Amino acid sequence: MTALVQRQKPEDWIAPAGGGLAVGPGGFHIDPSRPVDRAVVTHGHADHARAGHGHVLATPETIAIMKSRYGPEAAGRFQPLSCGEPLTIGDTRLSLHPAGHILGSAMAVVEHRGCRVAVSGDYKRRRDPTCPAFEPVACDVFVTEATFALPVFRHPDDAAEVGRLLTSLRLFPDRAHLVGVYALGKCQRLIRLLREAGHDRTIWLHGALLALCDLYTAHGVDLGPCRPVAEAPSREALRGEIVLAPPSAGGDSWARRLPDPRIAMASGWMRVRARARQRRVELPLVISDHADWDELLQTIDDMQAPEVWITHGREEALMHAAAAKGVRARALALVGRGEEDEEAAPATEPAAPDTDA
Amino acid sequence: MRDFAALIEGLAFTPSRNGKIRLIVDYLAHAPDPARGYGLAALTGGLRFAQVKPAAIRDLIATRTDPDLFAWSYDYVGDLAETVSLMWPATDRCGQAPTLAQVVERFGAARRAEVPALLEDWLSALDESGRYALLKLVTGGMRVGVSARLAKLALAEWGQVNVNDIEELWHGFEPPYEEIFDWLSGCTGRPVPATGLGFRPLMLANPLDEAELARLPASAFRAEYKWDGARVQLAAENGRVRLYSRAGDEISAAFPDIADAALGLHAVLDGELLVAAPGAGPVDVAIRPFNDLQQRLNRKKVTAAMLRSHPAHLRLYDILFEGQEDLRPLSFGLRRQRLEDWYRRLRPARMDLSPLVPFDGWPALATLRDSLRDAAVEGLMLKHADSAYLPGRPKGHWFKWKRAALTLDCVLMYAQRGHGKRSSFYSDFTFGAWQDGPDGPFLAPVGKAYFGFTDAELVDLDRWVRRNTVNRFGPVREVAPGLVLEIAFDSVQRSKRHKSGLAMRFPRIFRIRWDKPAAEADRLETLAAMLPDGGPIRAD
Repeated sequence: MTALVQRQKPEDWIAPAGGGLAVGPGGFHIDPSRPVDRAVVTHGHADHARAGHGHVLATPETIAIMKSRYGPEAAGRFQPLSCGEPLTIGDTRLSLHPAGHILGSAMAVVEHRGCRVAVSGDYKRRRDPTCPAFEPVACDVFVTEATFALPVFRHPDDAAEVGRLLTSLRLFPDRAHLVGVYALGKCQRLIRLLREAGHDRTIWLHGALLALCDLYTAHGVDLGPCRPVAEAPSREALRGEIVLAPPSAGGDSWARRLPDPRIAMASGWMRVRARARQRRVELPLVISDHADWDELLQTIDDMQAPEVWITHGREEALMHAAAAKGVRARALALVGRGEEDEEAAPATEPAAPDTDA
Repeated sequence: MRDFAALIEGLAFTPSRNGKIRLIVDYLAHAPDPARGYGLAALTGGLRFAQVKPAAIRDLIATRTDPDLFAWSYDYVGDLAETVSLMWPATDRCGQAPTLAQVVERFGAARRAEVPALLEDWLSALDESGRYALLKLVTGGMRVGVSARLAKLALAEWGQVNVNDIEELWHGFEPPYEEIFDWLSGCTGRPVPATGLGFRPLMLANPLDEAELARLPASAFRAEYKWDGARVQLAAENGRVRLYSRAGDEISAAFPDIADAALGLHAVLDGELLVAAPGAGPVDVAIRPFNDLQQRLNRKKVTAAMLRSHPAHLRLYDILFEGQEDLRPLSFGLRRQRLEDWYRRLRPARMDLSPLVPFDGWPALATLRDSLRDAAVEGLMLKHADSAYLPGRPKGHWFKWKRAALTLDCVLMYAQRGHGKRSSFYSDFTFGAWQDGPDGPFLAPVGKAYFGFTDAELVDLDRWVRRNTVNRFGPVREVAPGLVLEIAFDSVQRSKRHKSGLAMRFPRIFRIRWDKPAAEADRLETLAAMLPDGGPIRAD
């Protein structure tokens, strides 16, 4: 019997397809970038959550985000699944676990014939006041991102970065501080961090950020006083104030409505000076929603997986470091992941409100 | 170190001059003594200690990191100090981070063999930005876009004094400039330098607008040749000599021949630094081309062979102090008399007087100017006989009237790799001229040139480009505005293809002005005034 029913290797039943990972015995794809019949979506960022699937399974928060961004008809049917509630789909067991990346973000853990594969989507390990923390799950294969998989990426304390923004506000009280943030996640986390640092003034928002801020508020994240820039009583009223906008807004004509804007950006990429300069950023704030180098390695340890698959990012460095730990690692090279924040686009690019970093 | 590291960080990203000044003023207001004096000295290149070579830093990191991970990281980041500061393994010693003053004082006194251990110790105790600041400090390359002048302006603003007062005191004291800080903090009166060897701000000339010539009374002006050398100030007193560049940087060490010649003098002199033909006598000194001077200017130290083959010469045109007496309030005419008397009395070696050029009315002088053929002469200087020696570039006193060839001092902005045998060199250069914007001056590209330099100069240019890159776009590098290229060209025309609205005809790199501060390069209006119809630029 055992000779006939050979134990399947994980790559035989879960493999890249449809721009995501296809789970054969479950009949679904995880984070497919092309429309499929059944999709499991780890979180709401556009490189993971696309419109047009027949059926989407995700956390209730992610479903709310998808509906907010793509409309209620974004998928033929939505099926909410809360974290920690296992579900049988075909010949698989699926459960979702908090990934700590943004509101609603979850790691999809799929079990098939005793083999457990954890697909993390994107994740981070440090505290985020807008979402629950990442929960490690023991597994046979850990599918991880590698966005910041170089030992130069060690994200500093986020409170210190917010402190630098507030110091700049003091030094340049005559300039609007335009902080480039991704509309989903970074924006709301930065607002919360500012509130925790005692900044209780109105924070002014680019129109592209409003809907998601309302959504976070509706999910119990208190953002304090926030208003659209369009409602500012005057241009002058924005001097010395914090204005949040999608990263590209600093380089386009929209920014001309602000008085002498000082361009800041909150992103893990800001750790590298050349990246910040490419973006013409005056005040780089290293605040990331991704795991940094140490956290990636720590997570590989925590997941206790003998094998790691890497979806996107700097695969070679993470493979190298995993190998040094005695963990088998291979690159899936999922196309399209993180591409919008991978190469710093020229400052004149059209607004890209939904990339994450 | 934390304040200083934050300052370096802020300066590197804040492009506007006023923004930089504000950051420095804030640093001066918050950093403790003596750190802030050392910080200012670091910005102005005033800290002198043996520089650590990149190889030594690579050795330090190599023992701590995986070589593959380091190689990938360095490749990604592109800057050694930055890569090391980010990769250096974290320790729990952050409470023992050194202060900037400790670093400067300890490092300044360290023997070469002690340096690696010191660095190792500090790198382990500092955080990322502290490590970055430390590495930039000890490798001697802050590159935060702050000139010595800008730092002095910030100090003047913080201390609420005129920047010329700072200039006068600056070289009279050593880092951390406690005397100056005590004075600016109101603790003491204005300090008196122990010597008269400090730098005095130069009086600079404005380019002559020939249309205005008719309105200037020819009889009130004196004419001199405009020498094609480097403007310097020589201060000598009690057997000590200091030679300053036009920006106030001390360059004495590179010109021991001049320093020796000035040993017995007691004066502050203004003149042109030139290279004479070897063995030239005191009279009728044969001046060598500017390129020869460049050989000397590029070196911090000079070899005996170079001293023989490229002897320096100082052509004097003004005297600021004779003994203790400040002659600057006197008129040019009186100072000239004092200079001539002084020179006849002492006849110092390696110096002569820049002669006055007699002329009878502007048309005659114009004819003379058109006939100038000597390569050592760039044109003429016109100086009002009644002008006191005023710091800066006061209007209406001194004019430079260059020879007719069209040239413009531009600032290198972008460099592109060449083709064929130049494929590994950044050999195509885009340069710009200054224009005023809402955030202060910015560079408007005015042309591109890829010849006019020797192969040896190309090696230097390529190295400069690689060291001063701020941005990469495929094969093109954007560089920090720090290198002035004197561009020669046949004519200038209007162009819709160029953002500046102007295009040079047949531009070539006439000279690389390693000595000239970028801020003093020419403005776009200067180029526009060279249009056949005399400008201005038409706005589209």
